[in-house]
Amino acid sequence: MAEGIKDKVAIIGMGCTKFGERWEAGVEDLIVEAFMEALEDAGIEKKDLGAAWFGSCYDEIGSGKTAMPLSLTLKLPFLPVTRVENYCATGTEALRGAVYAVASGAYDICLALGAEKLKDTGFGGLPEFAGQLGTKNRLILPTLSAPGGFAMMATRYFSKYGLSPEEGKEILAMISAKSHQNGSKNPKAHLRREISVDQVMKAPMVAWPLGLFDCCGVSDGAAAAIVCRADMAKSFRPDPVYVKSMQIAVSSGEEMMYTDWDASHVQSATVCAARAYEEAGIKNPREEISMMEVHDCFSITELVAYEDLRISERGKAGNDVRDGFFNLDGRIPCQPDGGLKCFGHPIGASGLRMMYEMYKQLQGKAGERQIADPRLGLTHNMGGFPSMNLISMAIVGL
Amino acid sequence: MEGIVSYGGYIPRLRIDRKLIYQAVGWLNPATFMKGEKAVANFDEDSLTMGVAAGIECLKGVDRAGVDALYFACTTPPYAERQNAEIAATALDLKSRIRSADFTGTLKAGTTALLSALDAVKAGTMNSVLVCSADQRMGKPGSAQEEIFGDGAAAILMGSENVTAQFLGSFSVSYDFSDHWRSSGSIFDRQWEDRFIRDVGYTKFVVEVLQGLAIECGISADQITKVIYPCLYAADFKKIARTLKISDQQIVEPLLGQIGFTGTPDPFIHLAMALDQSKPGDRIAVVGFGAGADAVLFEVTENIEKSRGSRRSVGHYLENKRQLDGYEKMISFRNLLPMEKGIRGESIPPTAMSALWRNRDQVLGLYGSQCRACGTPQFPAQRICVKPNCGAVDQMVPYRFSDKKGTLFTFTGDYLAFCTNPPSIYGVVDFEGGGRYQFDLTDVELENVKVSMPLEMSFRKKYLDERAGIHGYFWKAVPAMS
Repeated sequence: MAEGIKDKVAIIGMGCTKFGERWEAGVEDLIVEAFMEALEDAGIEKKDLGAAWFGSCYDEIGSGKTAMPLSLTLKLPFLPVTRVENYCATGTEALRGAVYAVASGAYDICLALGAEKLKDTGFGGLPEFAGQLGTKNRLILPTLSAPGGFAMMATRYFSKYGLSPEEGKEILAMISAKSHQNGSKNPKAHLRREISVDQVMKAPMVAWPLGLFDCCGVSDGAAAAIVCRADMAKSFRPDPVYVKSMQIAVSSGEEMMYTDWDASHVQSATVCAARAYEEAGIKNPREEISMMEVHDCFSITELVAYEDLRISERGKAGNDVRDGFFNLDGRIPCQPDGGLKCFGHPIGASGLRMMYEMYKQLQGKAGERQIADPRLGLTHNMGGFPSMNLISMAIVGL
Repeated sequence: MEGIVSYGGYIPRLRIDRKLIYQAVGWLNPATFMKGEKAVANFDEDSLTMGVAAGIECLKGVDRAGVDALYFACTTPPYAERQNAEIAATALDLKSRIRSADFTGTLKAGTTALLSALDAVKAGTMNSVLVCSADQRMGKPGSAQEEIFGDGAAAILMGSENVTAQFLGSFSVSYDFSDHWRSSGSIFDRQWEDRFIRDVGYTKFVVEVLQGLAIECGISADQITKVIYPCLYAADFKKIARTLKISDQQIVEPLLGQIGFTGTPDPFIHLAMALDQSKPGDRIAVVGFGAGADAVLFEVTENIEKSRGSRRSVGHYLENKRQLDGYEKMISFRNLLPMEKGIRGESIPPTAMSALWRNRDQVLGLYGSQCRACGTPQFPAQRICVKPNCGAVDQMVPYRFSDKKGTLFTFTGDYLAFCTNPPSIYGVVDFEGGGRYQFDLTDVELENVKVSMPLEMSFRKKYLDERAGIHGYFWKAVPAMS
């Protein structure tokens, strides 16, 4: 009988670079920055590592393929290093590899590091998808972009719940404005300017109905975690953070090709959340979760995540947004570090960046963003489009 | 009895008011002024896609498995090698055991293809031959041809059963008459002096073939109900009628002011329009002009009403139009104006020809699969059924989506993804009878796109890889025409 991952593994060190348009930094610089901070934070040496997991998504414009970019850059001593890629959930996937390896008993201490150098494309937004989806898909998929893929969920959400584009956009704008407020308090965030709801509403259209400020930053960055056996964690530090659950759910294809899915929720997220809560022993997430970092690549993604994660009722997340439920001083602060929206979204690093904020908050080291007495933090990291995707979740606590 | 079994026209939705052309480039030669408007292929249309659209119209209510050959008549085919007719045949879901050929090199290629089809049917070699004809000819900016040429297509199915217009006879002449020409590799038509074309071309050959046709068929001009012939010069168009003693009622007025001169498909489009309005017993003569001329005579049979069925008339396409709001858009759609595509727009992943071959039915023919166990249609074709709780393995039969109607489940208008005519509009289509997939939307404006709007599928150009010389085709969703 599977026992799950709860309380078997602890995070004892984390690092995260400043995210942003790091024109001066190559992927190697980002890797070293995140790694050195994590190593120092954990108080261990390189030789203490048993194995490592390296996450990068756009290898063709960033690090290149395989695990070698990590090992060569950090001069790892012939360690077993695995490279993982799961689109925008790559960072959480690297962490999951390291956590599972420790939980299996194969290693005592492992490293997970995600890094992405996105700003070498020459244009805004993510690289073109057409070339990344295989030889057949490029013959049949529309010429779509990430904002377009998620915009279709907004269109459907508005339609299903009878919201006019203006009403719908206003809810989404409040989500973005909240994240900008949080991001302005974060020295490592990419975008640090507060914006008003009105500004969001009036921003240039990117993919109808999503405007510029409904979209997250496209950034360079890296983040790292060092994990170890739970029973040895306190020997490294007094405040290790324990993994309560790690789950991933990958689309079966029914959303895109069968006609049941309503496109105003993410099916894999509902499945992933149910598994994650069960693994962590959480009965009522709205009451038990202290704070969240959800995958807010676009404002609509965050809105729908509130419902998929059973924090808000279906179709009612807008009410919670209006009530400030997810604000930094609200009941469940969401995106306390600014989220993908403002911290930025270097694909392979994002899942680990989310965890970095939960880790710092739990340790009471989040500076002016510090949330009062958090107990359980949740990360929700999504790769792909609403119609076909994978959702990776982690729940951590003291 | 041999003759026309079915027919269909296709006129692209966009029109340009010739005043816009004249305002932009009329300064070069004020004599190019022409009234009216002309049909313009959308940025994702070309001769091949329009030919397929006409073929779809023509094959409505026809058993596609019964078609023995596809002839594609066109002077502007996208491919010089890689047979255009065969791409069309796959798109039209004709069986692989057919004969396919491109007829090209002259504007009479359509009527010549039709006569070749007829010969095969008469000889008993084939029962049913589809002739698709289309053109998208280009005049240089500022030329009279730019004002005159319009885009369009028409298709005619020739056969020996259920004939709606019986073949009565034909007469052809062939001359190396260089009224206009275009050398290999050139995109623009060049022509000799108008007076020469008028006096030595139209007024001689059109008269010659129609007189020859009358003698061949043993009838006089007054026994013909409608006469279709081209002449780009209005005064001489009437002069030809006078010479042949054709009355105003017998003339089929050219659609020059509505769609322009469409080239190879022009006689077919007018023939389709005449057939739309015909009654049993009508005799229709049609002339294909170019490098000489072909004249063909048909007599409409009792089957005409029944054959119209659910097919859209040419008149329907004439009414379903939208004005293009600028000359520059027209020439940028044709790649005549080098527009900024941005780095994103320039990145075209290579086409794997072997993958296209493997998936040709899905890509060119929009075939998915249907699960025998649960009946669920799915696109693209699957090995394992996608329906939750079914999951049957290898129980699939091919399922054609190209002729299924659908509704728009959700959509966006994307200003980030590259599109020749931004925004890139795409969405998720739920098909009648089951099946769902995401498709580009075309022939729509974002402000008119609504969730749940009815859609149908249209064969379109998906991309042009200029470096590799590849025209990539797939299907897009368009608003369903009533």
